[in-house]
Amino acid sequence: MSDQSNTPVPDPPDAEAQTRIGVDSWVAESEDRQARKRGFFGPAARGWDASPDPVKLFLFIAVAGTIPFWMNEGDLFVYGLFTVLYATLGLGLNVVVGFAGLLDLGYVAYFGIGAYGYALVSSDHYGIHWPTLASLPAVMVFTGLIGLGLGLTSRRLVGDYFAIVTLFFLQAFLVFTNTANPVIHGIGLTGGSSGIGNLDPLEFFGYSLTSVKQQYYFFLLVLVLATAGLYFANRSRTGRAWRALREDPLAAEVMSIPVNRLKRLAIVMGAALAGLCGAIFAAIQTAVTSSNFTLNVLIFIFAVVILGGIGSIAGPILGAIVINVSFQFLQPQNDHPSIKRWLFYGAIVLFIALMKPWYRAVVVLVGTVAFGLAVHAIVSATAAASWTAGTVTDAGSGSAGKAIADWVVIPNQTLHGGFATYAYIGLVVLVCVVRSVTGWWRTVVLIPTLYMAAVVWENVLAPNPAVTAEILFGVLLIVIMTVRPQGLIGTARVEII
Amino acid sequence: MHPLLFSVVDNIRSLGWGGAFQLLRNGLVLGSLYALIALGYTMIYGILKLLNFAHGDVYMVGAFLGYGILTRLNGPLNLAIGIVPAIALMFAVAMAGSGVLGVAIERFAYRPLRNAPRIAPLITAIGVSFFLENSVQLLTNGFQYTYDPFELGKTGNEELGPLYHTVFSVAGNPVTTVQLLVVGSALFLMTALVLLVSRTRFGKSMRATAYDREAASMMGIDTDRVIAMTFFIASMLAGAAGVMFGLYLGVTYYFMGFLAGLKAFTAAVIGGIGSIPGAMLGGLIIGLVESFAIGYVGGQWSDIVIFGLFILFMLFRPRGLLGSRAIQKV
Repeated sequence: MSDQSNTPVPDPPDAEAQTRIGVDSWVAESEDRQARKRGFFGPAARGWDASPDPVKLFLFIAVAGTIPFWMNEGDLFVYGLFTVLYATLGLGLNVVVGFAGLLDLGYVAYFGIGAYGYALVSSDHYGIHWPTLASLPAVMVFTGLIGLGLGLTSRRLVGDYFAIVTLFFLQAFLVFTNTANPVIHGIGLTGGSSGIGNLDPLEFFGYSLTSVKQQYYFFLLVLVLATAGLYFANRSRTGRAWRALREDPLAAEVMSIPVNRLKRLAIVMGAALAGLCGAIFAAIQTAVTSSNFTLNVLIFIFAVVILGGIGSIAGPILGAIVINVSFQFLQPQNDHPSIKRWLFYGAIVLFIALMKPWYRAVVVLVGTVAFGLAVHAIVSATAAASWTAGTVTDAGSGSAGKAIADWVVIPNQTLHGGFATYAYIGLVVLVCVVRSVTGWWRTVVLIPTLYMAAVVWENVLAPNPAVTAEILFGVLLIVIMTVRPQGLIGTARVEII
Repeated sequence: MHPLLFSVVDNIRSLGWGGAFQLLRNGLVLGSLYALIALGYTMIYGILKLLNFAHGDVYMVGAFLGYGILTRLNGPLNLAIGIVPAIALMFAVAMAGSGVLGVAIERFAYRPLRNAPRIAPLITAIGVSFFLENSVQLLTNGFQYTYDPFELGKTGNEELGPLYHTVFSVAGNPVTTVQLLVVGSALFLMTALVLLVSRTRFGKSMRATAYDREAASMMGIDTDRVIAMTFFIASMLAGAAGVMFGLYLGVTYYFMGFLAGLKAFTAAVIGGIGSIPGAMLGGLIIGLVESFAIGYVGGQWSDIVIFGLFILFMLFRPRGLLGSRAIQKV
């Protein structure tokens, strides 16, 4: 302790973001909130705030309903249909995590059970073909019952213990479907790693939903019904009881709220909705494999709920739009390499432009460009030619590629394979340094950091878009949680007990 | 009788006592690895009440650091230095590197959220795990790196390197140097940890911080530093486990951390989370259960057996074998 007394205690980097003691943060921030609603979009923002909730839902339906008219089938599938899928899944998870405050990490298992359930009763696997109007409710009831079984453990397990049991349930489900594959009536129940194919499409009163447009509208209908249902559930007596139980289960129990029954109800509702999503997803894909229900999907759905705001109804929908669109955009099969590059540099410039005060932004911008030119000049003057001989991946236009290659050091990959690793680790270290220093030191360190980010982007990330998307996703989770733990529009402070 | 149960009985009969000893031996080796990782989980949970999802990935990074040192020393075949200093160097670098990584994770992902709702650091933990796993995938091109530890330190035309020499046999079943090395160094590290926690001043401040952070800081304990040191020690143990795994099985890959981490956390919970002897006991139990399940039920069922037993166990004794009953405060 004695060595601490003579050094001044630095402010934590997010000192102003923390809630001050004795100050109601809602009142303290009210001026900020008012100020934010002025400006060019101010009237629209104020109108949005003032309009009643059903109007907001209708506006959403109106916008979402026009999307198929201007988007082609492939884009509608990845940007439209998947967004609606994740929004619905997010809503279901929000019931468990946001309303009841139970950290359910096995949520994707219900999604998978729904998909496999639909596959077993609507395919040639066992030769069973139930009508959709029978199979969808049956799947929902079945996943609900599975949820009830797992929900029984929530009576004794709280917080992290429940989380870990449910995570194990997911892992057991994955092993069960992928490798165990028990043989029943001479056929492997789950088809092993190849899964079950050739599923029947959804069919209602003789009309089968086969085109992407029809499937999109059907799923949108499911989303709207789920939203409306949860809206009323949230405002009901049950919803209030859920919030009470989420905030303080012990106090809720003392108030004679049936805590265990409400927990089970939330888990069953979430499970049934996830099962329904799984069944529709299976019918749309016309196949199920266990690779569709991995931990990555779970993290994706959690990110949707958390980014949007835990405990709010519109949150998961907004989160699904933001996360799915940006994630699909980064995928290699939806190829826009040159746009991605300009988004990357645009994000850096935007980051610099938002710095305060303005002269610091100018110093960083000019410094970064000059630093890059200097490094490039030094490397090409002193090192072997192979150190600057690499080419820009997917430059888009020739002049842009040349400009980048004259600024960023891109060595020949085959000769200097280890460079990428050291640059990447160097960038991570530099970012950590930027986070730990303050004042002008941060500005000074920021210049090589930004340049290093460009080097890493050109050398490592741009050639590997699939992994890049996952890495950015992990970083996004960390950044959102550190900067804005309540999500984009969430206000509730959800405490997992 | 169900065919699966029938095959279990059949397996027990056909493997006999010799097979049972082999499974026991493998289970002990596996269990020591799980116990080392589980200690990290239990220490971090004990001090921060945080389920550190990234811990399994720290173990994976440790395995890669050890592998990197081995290849820098010209791989298992033409070692530049003797085998004992080489292995010591692998352990030293992997433990130091993982320790620093653990401290960095705590500093940049968990410390800013010290006063946030408890779900927030849990989500960043998932984010860190995702980041580490995919970064290593990016930097290693997603390959499985296999090296032949059988060749390690081989002189002349021996069939196996010194790590795989038989030290003694039980009923014709050999016990090799590497198996003794894993169990022995795990025991050594655990003893050192127990002594550190129970006998030193730092261990005392660690126990105080785990018991009540606020009160400990009022007593003049620099809790941030204690937490950082806890992360360093926990990650160091995980890094050592990573090197042991590499030496034992000769393979490292970027997603090896997830399942090992999950099972180690099971071990920590079964032993009673927050309890250091509990984590060791739990690790051994999980290792033995896994080994016997692989031998008697079949490899594809072993994970289901572990997870099923765990869920049942949690239903009947949620506080674990050696855990203390939590008192709910109002």
